[in-house]
Amino acid sequence: MTTFDLLDDDVLARTLALALRTGADFAEVYATDWRGVGVGLDDGRIEELSTGRNTGAGIRVIHCETTGFAHTADLSPAGLAAAASVAAEAARQGDGATRSIALAERPQRVVSPIEIDPSSIGKAAKVALLRRVDDAARSTGGAITQVSAGYSDGRTRVVIANSDGLLARDERVRTLLRVSAVANGDTGMQTGFDSLGHTMGFELFDKVSVEEVARTAAQRALTKLRARPAPSGSMPVVIKAGSGGVLFHEACGHGLEADLVAKGASVYKGKVGELVASPLVTLVDDGTMTHEWGAIAIDDEGHASQYNVLIENGVLTDYMWDFLRARKEGRSPSGNGRRQSYKHLPMVRMTNTYVLNGDEDPGDIVRDTDHGVYVAHLGGGSVNTATGDFVFGMTEAYLIENGEITEPLREGNLIGNGPQVLRDIDRLGNDFAMGNPGTCGKDGQGVPVGDGQPTLRVKSLTIGGTAS
Amino acid sequence: MSGPDRSGELLAIAERVVAMARPGEQVEAYVGRGVSTEVRVYEGEVEHFVSAQSQGIGIRVIRDGRTGSSSAGSLDESVIAEVLVEARDNLGYGEVDEWAGLAAPDGVAVTPQNLWNDALESATPARKIQLAKDLERRTLAIDGRVRVDDSNYMDAFGESAVATTTGIRVAGRENGCHLSVGTLADDGDETQTGFGFAVGRDPEALDIEKAAVDAVERATRLLGATKPESRRTTIVLDPYCTAQFLGIIGSTLNGESVAKGRSLFASRLGESVATPLLTLVDDPTDPRAYTATDIDGEGLAARRNVLVSDGVLKMFVQSSYSARRLGAATTGNGVRGGYGGGPGAGCLALQIVPGARSQAEIIAGIDDGILIQQVQGLHSGVNPVSGDFSTGAAGLTISKGALGTPVREFTIASTLQKMLLDIAEVGGDLEWLPMRATGVSLVIHDVTMSGA
Repeated sequence: MTTFDLLDDDVLARTLALALRTGADFAEVYATDWRGVGVGLDDGRIEELSTGRNTGAGIRVIHCETTGFAHTADLSPAGLAAAASVAAEAARQGDGATRSIALAERPQRVVSPIEIDPSSIGKAAKVALLRRVDDAARSTGGAITQVSAGYSDGRTRVVIANSDGLLARDERVRTLLRVSAVANGDTGMQTGFDSLGHTMGFELFDKVSVEEVARTAAQRALTKLRARPAPSGSMPVVIKAGSGGVLFHEACGHGLEADLVAKGASVYKGKVGELVASPLVTLVDDGTMTHEWGAIAIDDEGHASQYNVLIENGVLTDYMWDFLRARKEGRSPSGNGRRQSYKHLPMVRMTNTYVLNGDEDPGDIVRDTDHGVYVAHLGGGSVNTATGDFVFGMTEAYLIENGEITEPLREGNLIGNGPQVLRDIDRLGNDFAMGNPGTCGKDGQGVPVGDGQPTLRVKSLTIGGTAS
Repeated sequence: MSGPDRSGELLAIAERVVAMARPGEQVEAYVGRGVSTEVRVYEGEVEHFVSAQSQGIGIRVIRDGRTGSSSAGSLDESVIAEVLVEARDNLGYGEVDEWAGLAAPDGVAVTPQNLWNDALESATPARKIQLAKDLERRTLAIDGRVRVDDSNYMDAFGESAVATTTGIRVAGRENGCHLSVGTLADDGDETQTGFGFAVGRDPEALDIEKAAVDAVERATRLLGATKPESRRTTIVLDPYCTAQFLGIIGSTLNGESVAKGRSLFASRLGESVATPLLTLVDDPTDPRAYTATDIDGEGLAARRNVLVSDGVLKMFVQSSYSARRLGAATTGNGVRGGYGGGPGAGCLALQIVPGARSQAEIIAGIDDGILIQQVQGLHSGVNPVSGDFSTGAAGLTISKGALGTPVREFTIASTLQKMLLDIAEVGGDLEWLPMRATGVSLVIHDVTMSGA
């Protein structure tokens, strides 16, 4: 991959100086240049190939408790100057002296090395992937009546400079494949979904079979044709390895974000050092996990991503931090300051959040469950961090009867209370796996995240089905 | 307004691109530009003040049934030229679709609406900050147990223009503003949350008091909530919850889903799919709607479409593509996600035609049920293809016509098909919200509630 200069150091320093002119404590320029390709297949046809580009810079100015923010798609010195003035005006609290900024560039860090830059691959090869997906999904079963699939790749060049002298650059490549299938039967239509996404180049498709992803999606739809309504009420739930990381993302991940903690909007406020989960649980947020969807070399404030232990053997060890909150607390950031694009302010966000392995055979966990639900794939979820109440959707699930996985169940939400569910984890397997690529939404911004866990059991969760 | 954007500049750009079409090509240029402000206040101070500007162009080129598209977040001449070249190149990879094509003028005139308020343009940053501060202050003044998580003022000004080789030449603009507040109510170790909104086009006409009262009530009345027993019951959906459901119901009435075999209502045109009490319209020509607009994403006049009339399914919303493919009339429902997104079919501003009674009157007539005040996880718990739905919820029990104890951490579940038939009353309490659907109280029988 080529190196680049999205913006001159000189222009960055001048823009920062201008942004500080109204007396602010801190100024930052975050500039990106994104280029991407998307191909959509639906209804047996490559519908459209589209390409896009987006370049721009967001300028953040902080004075005391107030943040001013403006962004521009114009990266010329004049365009940046205009945005800097608007941001400075927005944060204005007085008139300050002129400060000049000396930027010290940090060596570029690589967490996910890219072998094949997707932009070096012809569009025809990307189209061909989707044709293979369509064929594989449709040949999984005659009841598959519709398949839609999407391929996308994107490459973002980033430069971040701030008035503390930080200067960091990064290149981010993400490659994604999504497959959704519809099956039709006597019970109506059912859907199945699967996806594959990594901070990797086109070499992803040398390592993973797209047919496999397609068949998984199709099989999920087919299985649900014979599914019965999910039960309602509380019961034990076993969650398959690599399918339930979203449980931790919702049950406690968001509640461990320092911005929500600072506002007293988290049930985990003031709980550092306390037992907040079953002693089986060690939870990590790890931005350095090579090639995972949430991996980042640096966060969107220019700080190196880290391996952060959040819960160790059930004890809450730390929250996740962005620069703003960490600065207030006089501590170092944890590499969790992220944003959707240059048009957005950074916030505390997760990266790859996962539970470390336990030591049990996953088969034993099912065998020891008399009656309950086995969840093999989860959809999205959401949480109210102030109450800890969270939900997540099961998109592939089965009944457990007498220690055996039996009939498939239709879709439904599971609901629980974060602190309670963490304490109720009573079995933990030794088969750790990462799950599907996810997009985490917070305050209207989406960022790519990963999650993972070994097979585990929650003693009691409420299943939101319709059967009694 | 509408009419052309003030300078005509965006339309001129779109027309210039269209003029570059080669023989045999259909070309569409969509040009958009927006400015927005977001002020967040916390504990009497401005937490952030965001001033956002964006602009961009999306170009589609269709030739011999193949479509290619490209977009860029810039209106720079050289970038636009590159986008056109890219779109042309991309069409070589699309497959032939006999229905591929652009919208063409369909003879429906634009409904004149007042979607632009000059007063909003002259609101000063200081005034915007003041409004968010007032909302925080008034919220805190109502109840000592309440904290404010964030108090926000937001406004947006958008202009767009569409030109095509098929004769579309339109431009429009709209602006609007809203206030929102998030609350936390504490009682000992327990915390509950609430929220309130005020929506409009005139910052001085926003109903701050209602936003404050709603946010305080929603949070405080959940204090002490317990997990209810599992059972089947009657629910009353609060207008905000109804609006969230409407968004999902709207997605099942989409012509593109019908054409591609993904709509559970595909073969039900002319049939009763809901209680006769339900009339559902998509009406972007009602200027009170947050998403009111005069043109759709393909440049056709936005219009009032009756989707369900007295319970009978009347029509699906169409993009020009889905209409062509289904042999249906265009409905002006091309939806784009900004300049980068291709137009698909979608609802623009859903609304249930309101009934007569207030929520309080409705509740007074219910012997046993639950008022659902918050739903959680609709995006993960509803499958618009199969119709299964299951969502987390919180609310208040209704007993002998009165609101009773608060309940939380339970789910409500049914299917969309069944729920539409089980609607027992539509409230008269239309509520305008910062979303694509309008709220109204709904009474629904026989919903499964799953709790302890």
